[in-house]
Amino acid sequence: MSDYDNGGGEEGPEIENELLPLDAWHRARGGRMVPFAGYEMPVQYEGIMAEHLWVREHAGLFDVSHMGQLFLSGDGLDAALEALIPADVVSVKLNAQKYSLLLADNGGILDDLMFTRWDDGIYMVVNGAVKYDDIAHLLDHLPDDVTINHMADAALLALQGPEAVTALSRLVPGVEALVFMTGGRFTWQDVDLWISRSGYTGEDGYEISLDAEHAAAFADALTAEPEVRPIGLGARDSLRLEADLPLYGHDLDPETTPIMAALNFAIGSKRRREEANFPGAARILAERESGPPLRRVGLVIEGRQPVREGGTVVDQSGAEIGRVTSGGFAPSLNAAIAMAYVPPALAEIGTVVQLSQRGKLHSGTVTAMPFIPHKYVRAGGPK
Amino acid sequence: MSRYFTQDHEWIDVTGDVGTVGISDYAQSQLGDIVFVDVPEAGKTLTKGDDAAVVESVKAASDVYAPASGTVLEGNAALADTPNLVNEEPETNGWFFKLTLSDPSELDQMMDETAYAAFVAGL
Repeated sequence: MSDYDNGGGEEGPEIENELLPLDAWHRARGGRMVPFAGYEMPVQYEGIMAEHLWVREHAGLFDVSHMGQLFLSGDGLDAALEALIPADVVSVKLNAQKYSLLLADNGGILDDLMFTRWDDGIYMVVNGAVKYDDIAHLLDHLPDDVTINHMADAALLALQGPEAVTALSRLVPGVEALVFMTGGRFTWQDVDLWISRSGYTGEDGYEISLDAEHAAAFADALTAEPEVRPIGLGARDSLRLEADLPLYGHDLDPETTPIMAALNFAIGSKRRREEANFPGAARILAERESGPPLRRVGLVIEGRQPVREGGTVVDQSGAEIGRVTSGGFAPSLNAAIAMAYVPPALAEIGTVVQLSQRGKLHSGTVTAMPFIPHKYVRAGGPK
Repeated sequence: MSRYFTQDHEWIDVTGDVGTVGISDYAQSQLGDIVFVDVPEAGKTLTKGDDAAVVESVKAASDVYAPASGTVLEGNAALADTPNLVNEEPETNGWFFKLTLSDPSELDQMMDETAYAAFVAGL
């Protein structure tokens, strides 16, 4: 027996992996540690299926400290950042959070990221696997007046699920007043916390940044709440797949534009489209008007066998016309699902496409995403 | 009946010239939640080491190799509807396929239960 597909790992060459601030904490709780994005990370505790379903019903604590936390400050920061990402940075209000993309000159995606306006600058979270590349890119392209601080001593925890608000507000009163994609500063037992109401599972929930030295104590306090269990990366991957949240290095890469990736909302500001001064604007805006050569879609696979990253979309003669970039078994749907890039003619909901994996043909039906509805708590929505 | 194990974590129970093949409890625990198993059809001829079956967990797909050469008698039809039998009863009802052995001497190269337990303990 042998594994030939890890369906979401990012193992590189054999190099020494870094340890998370919570490494011992995970091991003490039975986390099975695997190499991912240059770190030893917990892939699962009790099992991916049970952990996934627990998050959808209750609340799960994820350690995402491998991600890069950056703080940017200095004169002219907004305009300088707009030269690198397509977001309308200028209009982002204090404590508001936005999703955006770091773009190459040709419009290819170098990373996806979240940024928030703090009173003294911009806080940014980037993917762990490419954080050093991102920092180098930012250092190369931002003017000298802008300072980049890599918050390497900060841990990042994500508490996700419908009961996250109940558990977290017991420890940190006030977080219940936040709405999706906003944040604020809080304290817990004299520990400073930055908390935003956001995450990457499709559920309501929070991301919490704090000094690494306090992370274990805070994780202990959270998991002492009856709603909260520690959850591994395996369930994080299946949750984000069900929620139509693309993963950098898999669903997004430098060959992909935001329009191909169906992230049109990331180019959402009329002003930025008219100014057309973000990297790759000509290509991206042309694709937005006339359609991209390939487009990311969701697929439900016939039968229970997953078609995973590396599978191909094929035409009648078996020739490759697209590719699967993420795939797996969706615990909430009890079905195999995937994200794939297909020609626009096949991107309509309900289209049946043929897939090839390890010499076997599968069929998949293009399905509206997210596969599982988002449960974000938005401003003005029901509380 | 004798049971043998491979270093790739297949087991085979042999009665006469018929072998029943599955994966070990250690293997299922490493794979995690199993969601799909593709077993070979009756009549398929396998050579020792061939890809014989595919087992898919939530996270990953794995090949199961034929631990010995022979002709498949049947695949375990129960796995189509209840693939988690492999998690729950890996070394009994979660078997993958039965085959008629063409060269029983191949079993001599495999581990018995005691040797396999020692092998797993060293991993």
